[in-house]
This record gives sequence, C-alpha cells and structure tokens, in this order.
Amino acid sequence: MDGITSSTALWFASRATGIVALVLLTVVLVLGIAVNRHGRLPGLPRFAVTSLHRAVSLLAVAFVAVHVITAIADPFVAIGIAATVVPFVSHYQPFWLGLGAVSIDLMIALTVTSLLRGRIGRRTWRAVHWLAYVSWPVAFAHSIGSGPDLWRGGLLDLAIACAVAVAGAVIWRVVGTRRETPLSQRAARVLAGWPGSGPGHRRDGPPGPRPRDAGRLRAGRLHDDRLHDDQLRDDQFRDGDLRPKAGAR
Amino acid sequence: MPPTRVMVNPVACSGHGVCAELLPELITLDEWGYPLIDDAPVPPALEGQARRAVRDCPALALLLTSRDGGR
Amino acid sequence: MTAEHMTEQRPTGQRPTGQGPTGQGRTGRGRTGRGSARQGRPPAPAGLPRLIPGGAGPDAGLGAHLARLGPLPYPPSADALIGVAEAAGLTGRGGAAFPVHRKLSAVIGSGRRPVVVGNGAEGEPASSKDGSLLWLAPHLVLDGLQLVASAAGASRTLLLVHRDAALIAHLSRALEHRFAAGTDRALVELVEAPPRFLAGEESALVNFINGETARPQFKRPPVYERGVGGRPTLVQNVETLAHLALIARFGAGWFRAVGSPAEPGSMLCTVHRADGGSHVVEAELGAPIRSLLRLGPGVQAVLCGGYHGAWLDPEQAARLSLANASLLPAGSFAGAGVLAELPAGRCGLAETARVARYLALESAGQCGPCFNGLPRIAGALADLAGPRPGGQVLSDVRRWAGLAEGRGACHHPDGFVRFVRSALAVFGPEIGRHAQGQCSATDRRPFLPVPAAAAGEADWS
Repeated sequence: MDGITSSTALWFASRATGIVALVLLTVVLVLGIAVNRHGRLPGLPRFAVTSLHRAVSLLAVAFVAVHVITAIADPFVAIGIAATVVPFVSHYQPFWLGLGAVSIDLMIALTVTSLLRGRIGRRTWRAVHWLAYVSWPVAFAHSIGSGPDLWRGGLLDLAIACAVAVAGAVIWRVVGTRRETPLSQRAARVLAGWPGSGPGHRRDGPPGPRPRDAGRLRAGRLHDDRLHDDQLRDDQFRDGDLRPKAGAR
Repeated sequence: MPPTRVMVNPVACSGHGVCAELLPELITLDEWGYPLIDDAPVPPALEGQARRAVRDCPALALLLTSRDGGR
Repeated sequence: MTAEHMTEQRPTGQRPTGQGPTGQGRTGRGRTGRGSARQGRPPAPAGLPRLIPGGAGPDAGLGAHLARLGPLPYPPSADALIGVAEAAGLTGRGGAAFPVHRKLSAVIGSGRRPVVVGNGAEGEPASSKDGSLLWLAPHLVLDGLQLVASAAGASRTLLLVHRDAALIAHLSRALEHRFAAGTDRALVELVEAPPRFLAGEESALVNFINGETARPQFKRPPVYERGVGGRPTLVQNVETLAHLALIARFGAGWFRAVGSPAEPGSMLCTVHRADGGSHVVEAELGAPIRSLLRLGPGVQAVLCGGYHGAWLDPEQAARLSLANASLLPAGSFAGAGVLAELPAGRCGLAETARVARYLALESAGQCGPCFNGLPRIAGALADLAGPRPGGQVLSDVRRWAGLAEGRGACHHPDGFVRFVRSALAVFGPEIGRHAQGQCSATDRRPFLPVPAAAAGEADWS
C-alpha cells in the first residue's frame, strides 16, 4: 500500500471518528443534564439514563482515542503525540488542534474522576464534573475550526443539530435550577401545599394537583405566626364548639 | 470480613431512585421518592449489585459501610 | 428536696429583670463537698445552686468570681482533665448527655491541634438556661472553655452565642477583664449564631463557623475527626463547661455529691409554669419532677425535654425524676432541661400544632424525609387541632412519622416525631372530642413560646 493511500485512509478515519465523537459527546452532555434534572427516557427505568450517560461517555472516549491516534499516525500532517494533550504546540493548525488538546485534557479529567468517583469524594467529583460544560464548547470549536467537512451540506446540518441540542439541554438545566425551591423554602412549600400529600415533593415543587383550599397556610402568610394562631382559634372555634364559621374550610 | 451495610447520605440524596431499581432486595422508595434502606448486612450474593448501585447513584449519596451505621 | 430558684427569666433569654427567692436549698442527701480543705481556696459550694450563686443578681465580675471560687487550677496534663471528667461522670448538658471524657479523648488523641467550641447557641426557644448562665456566670463558662482549650492545645477557641448585642457586649467585657488579669491561656473568639432551632446542632454550627449556612451535615466523618477548618473539633455546651470549671476546682467526688451514681451532678432547667411565667433553676439529676413543678389540678399535661421531648400526663410526670434512667422508659428524656406545665383550659393539640409548625419550618430543607414529612405532619396536626378532621388524618400522621423518623442527617425529625407521638398519646381524649366537633379549651391564647421560623436563605447564615 503506498503512503498516500494509507495516509488518506488514516486521514479519513480521523475525520470520521472525530465527527462521531462530536455526536457522542453531544449525546453524553444531554444525557448528563437529563440525569441532573431527574429526566426519564420513555419506557425505560430510571437507571437507564445514568447507565447510558456512563456507557456513551466511555464510547465517546474510545472514539476520541481512535480519532487522535489516527491523526498522529497519519504521516501527511505533522501532529506529534505531545500536541494531543499539550495545547497549541502542533505545527499543523496549532490553534484549532490546540483547542482539541484542551478538550482532551478536560475529558481526561472528567473520565478519570468519574471512574474513581467512589474514592475521591462527592465534592471533588462534582467540582471537576462542572468542566463538562467547558469541554463540549471547546471540542465543538475544535471540530468546526479544524474540520472543513462540517462547513457544508449534511455535516453542517449535523453540527448545527448538535449545537441546538446542547443549547436546549443547557437551557433546560438553567431554568430547572432556577425553579428549584431553595432549601429554606422547601418545608414551607410543602406546608403551603397542604392538604395534598401527593407523590414526592422533590426539588421543583410538589407535583400533583394543586390543593383545593390551601388558604389557611398560603405561602405568603407563613411568616406570621400570630395570624396562624388566629386562624387556628378564632376562625374555627366558637365558644368551645368547633362548628366552622361560614366560609372556613 | 466485617459485614457491609448500605447507607444513604440524606443530604446528598435528591430522590433519583436509581438505587431502588438496582438493588430492589434492599432498597425501596417511600411515597416521596426517597430510599428506604434495609440496614441488615448485605448478603454476599448481593454485594456486586450493591457496589453497582453505589457507583451509579447520580448524587453519589449511597455508601457501603463496614462500620456500625450511626449518625 | 428543693432546688435553688434563680432570677425570673423571660423565655427568650433577655436580660434578667430582678432577683428571685434567696432561700438556701439543700440536696437532702446529707453529703457535702470536700472543697474547704484545699490550700486557702474558698470552700466548695455545698448543695445547690452551684453554677450561679444563691440570690442571683447580675454577674458581679471577675473579682467576685475568683473570690467565691478561687483561681482556676489548670490540670497538669490533658489526661488529667480527661481523668477527672471521667471520674466525675460529667455528661453533656446540651441535650445529648454524651460523656465528656470520651469527647475529650477523641479530640485530644487525634494528633492534630483541634478547635474547641463552647456552644451557647441555645436554639430551643423554650430554653433560656444557657443565656442565663452566660449572663449570670460568664466567668465559669469561660473558665471551662480555657480548661478544655488548654488541655487540647486548641488552635482556635470559640464561643458561640445568640445574636444578642447586649449579651455579646457583656461577654466581651468579661473577656477583656480576663485578658487584663492574665487568667486566660487561649484567645476566645465570640461568634454569633443565627437564631435557628438547628443552629446549635454540632455539625450545623461547625458548618456555620466554616463560612457556610448553619445546617447540619452528614456525619461522615464526625466533627471530632473533621470539623472547623478540617480540624478535629470539640463542641461542648456552655453549661457543661461551667460544671467542668467547678470539677477542676473541687474534684470529681464533690461533683458526685449530688445526683445519682449513674447520672451524677446537677443541671440547669428552664421551667415554664402554668401561671405563664418561667424561671431557670438548678436541680440535681434524679430530682423528682414534682419537686420542680407545682403540678396539681391546674395542670393538664407536662412537656418534658423541650420541643424534641415528650408530653406526659401529670400523674405520670409526678412519678418520674429528672434523669434519663427515669424519663427514657417513659418516652421522654432530660434533654436540655426544659419543663413546661400546660394549664388546664388550653388546647394541647393546638399548642402541639403550633410548635410542630415551627419545627417543620425550621427544617434545614436538605433531607427528603424531613422536609416532606414534618410539614405534612404539622399540617395534619393543625387539622386535628381544628373541628372534625378527616378520618384519614390520624393514620396519615402515624405513617409519616414512621417515614420521617431516623432518616435525616440530624436528629430533628426524630425529636419531632417523639414530640408528636407523645401528643397523640397524651391528648388522645382531646382528639376524640375534636372529632365530635367539641374542644375542651376555654383559653385561646398561645402558651408555649414559638418564635418566627426561618423565612428565607438569609436566615440561615
């Protein structure tokens, strides 16, 4: 096999695995946000989301590895091993490949910490895992910058679709987090939702139907202990007889 | 070997419910979605599953402990 | 057996307003301390009170403190302090009654310089004993803090107190006097705690001192291994420190001159009387509850152990004594010594519902079983306190109580459930009346002190 043909084969392999890796990383990020948001894949058990997130991320790592190895092995472009993890030292497209190196460094951190998450403690793992939000845009920029394949046609559409998916997932994450009841309000919200034991009150407020009459304990009045006392007493009681007054619950 | 038990960090737990699916013999969910854990020692046959449940908890809230529970 | 009454205190721990009776109470046991033999040291307090001098007026300052008790003898080694604490059988007076010598050993034996915290946060609204002690005998507390800090080689020494400007000023002055007199070895930092029920919980206060909110943490590792700044941290209630300061002067045998062999010594109690007033009193452990409360026909129930304690029938209370050995089998506990008589004519269910609502809103909101269970139970209790609650309500309460108990990071849900279950038992007949649309209460006014609960995130810092 002459050099040019094998080089072309390696170059193709690198580009192809790069594109697949980008798609897989997009899926990983969206799944990761789904896990965080307690999302469910229809028809699948809860552990499916988290298992898929883990499996696809390992698959993405594999594709990234092949993408990198084929790129280094290709004699046509001068990319040394160092350039895969040290940003901006390659002779070929130093900037865009540098971004790829940054992305790989972040991915290594994410992968290693996730494989060892039982040992490093929850806080450390979480802190490092935030880097995922940096890793994807950097990988995306690397893909666009060093991959003219993605500037036209179907692959352009694919790139746009990935960007849209990530943007949508991030919005889901941000909106969901902002809607989360702060710790100090959680008990108060459950109390305001009384009666209505419903299925679990989780982070985004009590699911299930709004109770008919939460008037007595509505959120805005929770701070006024005196009012509640009045309501327990004057609204409800009359001379030792507990017949409710008209209009009371 | 000291008996291992499954334990949850209730502060970290946000009620994902993955543990109850992966270790139904020892964990069920209460009416609010939070785990009810059997604090008996983990039978050896279930240890692998227990480790998987601990590994896969999205909040890293599940633990295996060989110490006597206790807060 | 009587106990020495101290100054009338308003329940929220405000400044003492006057002087109480000055009768000289005795323990009735006929034993006295062995303090008088020590080289010129003033004699050990005989009988009660010990912590606060009889006829308590405002704190008379460092000079009077030293004149009454003599200088603080620092033990020659940490082991000596641990030894005398063990011999005395001193247990924590913050509610958990954990043996002091064991905490000391755990922290001192860690190999790292620990952090020592005196806990005067007193988050329990019905308790004012720590506030009173800090007002009336600050130097005793500060002595105890010095003992522990010195023995432990503490890298930091902190005193955690209520957010009360007057109290802070009072304690600052006391610290200045001690600094000027050269009595202290460790520099004490005064820290103000947010007014949360849970702010005095060990891991919550450590979290707060570390710059986070005053919320309890998962106890792995425990604070005596990893606490403030990652260091082993010793947290001790201010009353415990005060007792330790006396034990260091007068010995373990003197400490054991009151109380029982299993539960020795004395403790401060906050008593809420049926007439609506309250006071702080020092009683020996094992004192009959009936010696601390008037009881009688005007009292329909007794709350023993504060808002994490239990309601008792007056007849039951009359048979019990102020000791965990007596109270635990009855479903209660000594806790931080809060005792309240509920007057006849009030509605015990309404009182319970009010307190339960406060406790539910004081949940840190971290643990699902707690922030789900407690408010639902509180809402259900409000229903039970009203007319004709639905038939499901009582069984819902029982189910939720079972779900909340033991499943939080701290003991808040456990104490809450104990309190609620005792109410269901003691006020059972009243539940029946309410179900018929009747209530036996004639007095609608709230009785137990319930402050405004946390409203927002800022209230936790």
